[in-house]
Amino acid sequence: MTTARLLKLIARTGRVAEPLDRGDYGLQLRDGFVAPRTLRGSVQVRHVDAGSCNGCELELGAAFGPVYDAERIGARLVASPRHADVVAVTGVVTQNMAEPLLNTVDATPHPRVVVSIGDCTRGCGEFVNSYAVAGSVDDIVDVDVHIPGCPPPPGAIIAALRAVTGR
Amino acid sequence: MTIESLAVIVIHLALAVTLTPVLIGVMRTTRARLEGRVGGGVWQPWRDLRKLLSKQPTRAPGSTPVLTLAPILLMASSLMLCALIPLVSTVALPGVPGDLFVVVGVLLLGTVALALLGLESGTAFGGMGSSRHMVIAALVEPTVLLSIYALSVPAGTSALAAIVQARLADSASLLNPVSLLAIFALVVVVIAETGRLPVDNPSTHLELTMIHEAMILESGGRDLGWLELGSWLRLTALLGVVANLALPWGVGQDAAPLSLLVGVAAITVKLLVLGAALAAAEVFIAKLRLFRVPELLAGSFVMAFLSVSASYLVF
Repeated sequence: MTTARLLKLIARTGRVAEPLDRGDYGLQLRDGFVAPRTLRGSVQVRHVDAGSCNGCELELGAAFGPVYDAERIGARLVASPRHADVVAVTGVVTQNMAEPLLNTVDATPHPRVVVSIGDCTRGCGEFVNSYAVAGSVDDIVDVDVHIPGCPPPPGAIIAALRAVTGR
Repeated sequence: MTIESLAVIVIHLALAVTLTPVLIGVMRTTRARLEGRVGGGVWQPWRDLRKLLSKQPTRAPGSTPVLTLAPILLMASSLMLCALIPLVSTVALPGVPGDLFVVVGVLLLGTVALALLGLESGTAFGGMGSSRHMVIAALVEPTVLLSIYALSVPAGTSALAAIVQARLADSASLLNPVSLLAIFALVVVVIAETGRLPVDNPSTHLELTMIHEAMILESGGRDLGWLELGSWLRLTALLGVVANLALPWGVGQDAAPLSLLVGVAAITVKLLVLGAALAAAEVFIAKLRLFRVPELLAGSFVMAFLSVSASYLVF
């Protein structure tokens, strides 16, 4: 694409971001969970796929895409748990991912928040009693914020991140 | 004289530290708006930095003191860079040479600290990032030296402050081929040195394309905060050098309050406009393949070399 056509495209498209979705989406917070003061206005998210069907990944991708634009509430996806404040876990925990999940949460500096995305992370959903599954996410790590839904809409993921950043 | 130059250095450091996160915020917001997003806003880098600096880092068992010291060394070298270059005023500290060789040396100190940090973790990505970083540094440093050297020939001195002063006095020299070639070469190497597109993508998480990100993967919390601020300060310092060499108007020539005020306002406007322009240009280009980066940098070296040759023909 030439520069002139790209400029025209930019001018024609304008802003694609929708107004910020302020719905509640039935988030389940851990008893006594208070968002750490340090994380007000800025969270970096490390995503761990512990054995998901990739439905939640699509929604997570959409939440950080241009339409839902999670960056405006101060959230960003990062490449390393050392950079992260929030560990976002999707899917049931398969036998092979139980240890990597624990290691990832351990490698995240305090204060940290664990967010579990989707119905599989609480009660294993469709995959309950499978021989390949070690348990649901809340069997393996302490979950602070749970987002229900199969898969949860991007707005629900934004709502969970807003519960942490307070923006 | 000493009190005056100390005051100038304090102003340089205060300005650099307060302006840098805003500069990064403006660059990210410009890019976000052109991509149709809202973006985190101009103050988001400030919030990120405040959060990172108040977080305790998690360090791997068996890690060496390099993990703690490298961020501090990078930060110190970046602050020293901001103190040495003529951002607001050309008043120099007597006894401390604001010489271009000193500036490039201090720049290299930060580069080496980052490369050691990448090697320290012992991971594949860290080592890969460090080796790429050193390849780029080896190609960038000679061009920085050569292009500023070309500008120093007409000024008759290699002190950056004196070069800016001489260019301010003789504005006809700003548009001659020597100056244009040198500035163009300098812009290319500043982009390479600060890890912007098309050499490195500052927002990438694709492991095979990262350079800067690959080296800092193992740092968290406070360590990461210093690394981020240190590398942003390098961007401010290098953009500031380019801005003041290309458009020296507004730089104070003494330490009088009025000229300092004008200097602060001028460099703030220059940096923010230049940063927004750089971010807007980045929307239109893709990252170069790593093996083609040396061609780009060799091109800029040739321009710097031509500029030096021309400077002996013209003057």
